[in-house]
Amino acid sequence: MINFSYTIWILLLPFLMFLLLGLAGHKYFPKLSGLIGTGGLAVITVLSYITAFKYFFTSEKVEGAYQKITAFNITWLQLTDKLHIDLGVLLDPISVMMLVMITTVSLMVHIYSLGYMKGEKGFERFFAFLSLFSFSMLGLVLATNIFQMYIFWELVGVSSFLLIGFYYQKPSAVRASKKAFIVTRFADLGFLIGILILSFNTRTFDFITLTDPAGAAIAQGGGIAFMGLSVMTWSMIFVFMGGVGKSAMFPFHIWLPDAMEGPTPVSALIHAATMVVAGVYLVARMFPIYAFSAPAALDVVAYVGAFSSLFAAVIACTQTDIKRVLAYSTMSQIGYMMLALGVSGYGGHAGLGYMASMFHLFTHAMFKALLFLGAGAIIHAVHTNYMTEMGGLRKYLPITHMTFLIACLTIAGIPPLSGFFSKDEILAAAFHNNKLLFAVEYAVAGLTAFYMFRLYFSIFWGKDTHYHHTPHEAPATMTIPLIVLAIGSVFTGLIPFNELVTSDGKVFETELELIVAIPSVLIGLLGIGIAIVMYRKESEIPDKLAATFKYGYKWAYNKFYMDELYFFVTNKIIFRYISEPVAWFDRHIVDGTMNAIASVTQSVSFRIRGFQSGQLQKYAFVFVTGAIMLAILFIYLWK
Amino acid sequence: MNTGIPIQYFLILATIMFFTGVYGFLTRRNLITILMSVELILNSVNINFLAFNRYLYPNKLEGMFFSLFVIAVAAAEAAVAIAIIINIYRRFTTINVEDVNEMKF
Amino acid sequence: MASNQIMFILFAAMIIVFSVLTVTSRKILRAAVYLLFVLVSTSGLYFMLNYQFLAAVQITIYAGGIVVLIIFSILLTSHISQKFEFSGWKKNVFSAIAAITGAILSIITILDYKFPATTEAAKEVDMRLIGKSLLSVDYDGYVLPFEVISVLLLAAMVAAIVVAKKSGPAKTQSPTLNQE
Repeated sequence: MINFSYTIWILLLPFLMFLLLGLAGHKYFPKLSGLIGTGGLAVITVLSYITAFKYFFTSEKVEGAYQKITAFNITWLQLTDKLHIDLGVLLDPISVMMLVMITTVSLMVHIYSLGYMKGEKGFERFFAFLSLFSFSMLGLVLATNIFQMYIFWELVGVSSFLLIGFYYQKPSAVRASKKAFIVTRFADLGFLIGILILSFNTRTFDFITLTDPAGAAIAQGGGIAFMGLSVMTWSMIFVFMGGVGKSAMFPFHIWLPDAMEGPTPVSALIHAATMVVAGVYLVARMFPIYAFSAPAALDVVAYVGAFSSLFAAVIACTQTDIKRVLAYSTMSQIGYMMLALGVSGYGGHAGLGYMASMFHLFTHAMFKALLFLGAGAIIHAVHTNYMTEMGGLRKYLPITHMTFLIACLTIAGIPPLSGFFSKDEILAAAFHNNKLLFAVEYAVAGLTAFYMFRLYFSIFWGKDTHYHHTPHEAPATMTIPLIVLAIGSVFTGLIPFNELVTSDGKVFETELELIVAIPSVLIGLLGIGIAIVMYRKESEIPDKLAATFKYGYKWAYNKFYMDELYFFVTNKIIFRYISEPVAWFDRHIVDGTMNAIASVTQSVSFRIRGFQSGQLQKYAFVFVTGAIMLAILFIYLWK
Repeated sequence: MNTGIPIQYFLILATIMFFTGVYGFLTRRNLITILMSVELILNSVNINFLAFNRYLYPNKLEGMFFSLFVIAVAAAEAAVAIAIIINIYRRFTTINVEDVNEMKF
Repeated sequence: MASNQIMFILFAAMIIVFSVLTVTSRKILRAAVYLLFVLVSTSGLYFMLNYQFLAAVQITIYAGGIVVLIIFSILLTSHISQKFEFSGWKKNVFSAIAAITGAILSIITILDYKFPATTEAAKEVDMRLIGKSLLSVDYDGYVLPFEVISVLLLAAMVAAIVVAKKSGPAKTQSPTLNQE
């Protein structure tokens, strides 16, 4: 057995960086904090690669399946004899894969931020929060039990809150960070309920025990029924609700576009590559339970994922803020991942969806981070977020242009880039299991190609805009990560995921199914073609189309009025009918009681202070009267 | 000398004098008149003692000596009380008992 | 009606009338004089009870000492002809009720009680007996209260002098003024 206990340092090192930079960074090394943070992250990146290499290539396989290894586990809270909450590190195919992906992307973002955030006021605070986020996300993926995952889930939410609201003096940023935290917190309520129901019925928190296919936890599945669905199904649906919030699926997606108020490296790291895939990771982690005990919940996952990806794709076709287009694109791609998990089975070839989902997660991290960092470079150059004010930038930003183009081709699914392979596997899985969802996703693939290239052409081609000062290419610290990620998006498609990350840990054979591959490439090319026609040069076709589909365009542009709907429900209904009466009650009755007690005390004391009036004759009068009464009492009434 | 007078007469007389003194103590506003009411009370007590001594214990002397000492104590107390009243008069320029009420809430 | 009864009624009437007048008179000096009459009548009552020494003491000390003291203090502290403002009637009414209740209660108690008749012979109280008792240390000697009273009178004298004397010149002076 290989000793993996050094992996605890992968968790501890970013946490120490956070403490160091957070407490001492501002005072002692304001300029060096970037390098310190990046250095720490480089160390854990190396450690992750070593771990991945050792795990995938030298660890022992049982029956041809990769084993789940608990590298480290301590009991953190011992509540009763049997109930205890542990903290530890669990290594299995998906967690090691996530380890590699998270540390790589985080390292790229750190290097990029050295250039992007240079000279900003909160430079050391930014790196401290980035380290905190890395710690939280790694703790989440390496969790040995579901409660630890929940703890780190919340920590990730906190880091996101801190980073979105980084420019805390901007009211819109503050609003956005509050919105993100509140929406995800609300979804986490569902997650917690799911955890409680699940662990109450299975008597354990530990993942290895819970997800053992031959184990007792899964066998308990069909037991008690409640309103037509089994208890396990309900708990899995609630757990998925947490994933919906964190991964910005419909209907808890409203925070993701607003989260673009944070600095661009934050958007790249958190809202493209890592935090938002936590929901997908959660479903993947609990997948044996979903597959065996709660298949109805899997259907919910699939439909929610498909609907979200269609919804987001339609909206993305109309947005003009480049970061928002990328945000909706993220939502759409995560919908793909959820769909793939939803249509998957367990074991062997039936687990194709699972493998495809994980594969797409990995490649998506690369190219989406690349897209966001590229957008950051563009914004850095032209100082605006809106594609209507950009155009013809290919002359000024060559490296950014090239890498952005590679990323767009990847997301459109053009072979032989990585996006083609991963998206193709998802479409194949959908095709074999649910033709309706396959059709939906097929349409979304075309829309994806269309709006991504609309974005690309509007920025780099289109009209020749005259800029106030000539845009210059980003410095090396910003372009090197772009190049590295571009290389990643090109070549990661060749990694044989079917041998490494599968639903049951064993290898299965896949081949390229031409019946799915060729149509998907064709619709991608169709989307690109339409975008070329409409946006490559300045033309009036977009405006004419918008005028023809006036209502459709208006609804899509306003994000289908989801924010307004939420505002209406909370302000008019919840605030007015529930919060205000409660506030009235608190102010008038609870406070009123306290005030009444105080004022009664005061008035009573006012009355009885007459007993100490200082007047001699009053005292004497009381004395005499008392004596007479006592005399009457004792002479006549005492029997 | 006391053959025709039952003891109750003395006692009732003393009682009336006592409660007159009490009424005066509670009602009067000048400190000196309060002192005079106190003298009334003390005198009524003296009459009581002597009546009991003469009627119930004629061979003993306690009542008489008690009254003697009561007179002595009353004299001392009156002296000190007058001294205090003079002091109060110097401080407050009034000896109205209702105006001397500083020891209150 | 025997002569002693007439005397008793006379003295009793004087006492009651003058004591009521003392506590209700508006003018303070008249109240003091009424008090004098009460005290003198009381000493007459003492004479009737055969306590001659005590009656003499009463006149000497009470009428001759205390009333004089009271009159001096009246003259020191207020105007003789000052009339009192009428104080609230509530106080008078309540005090009267209390006093009358107490009086009725006591009188009823006295009338109900059966005082035991005595058969002992009366002891003649003369000066020799009083003098001897005051200084005897026997069972019924009164030397201890006598000494205590002496000390008490001394203390009262000292107290009265200290309390009533004017504060020295140093106290009433302001600190900045320099005077030898």
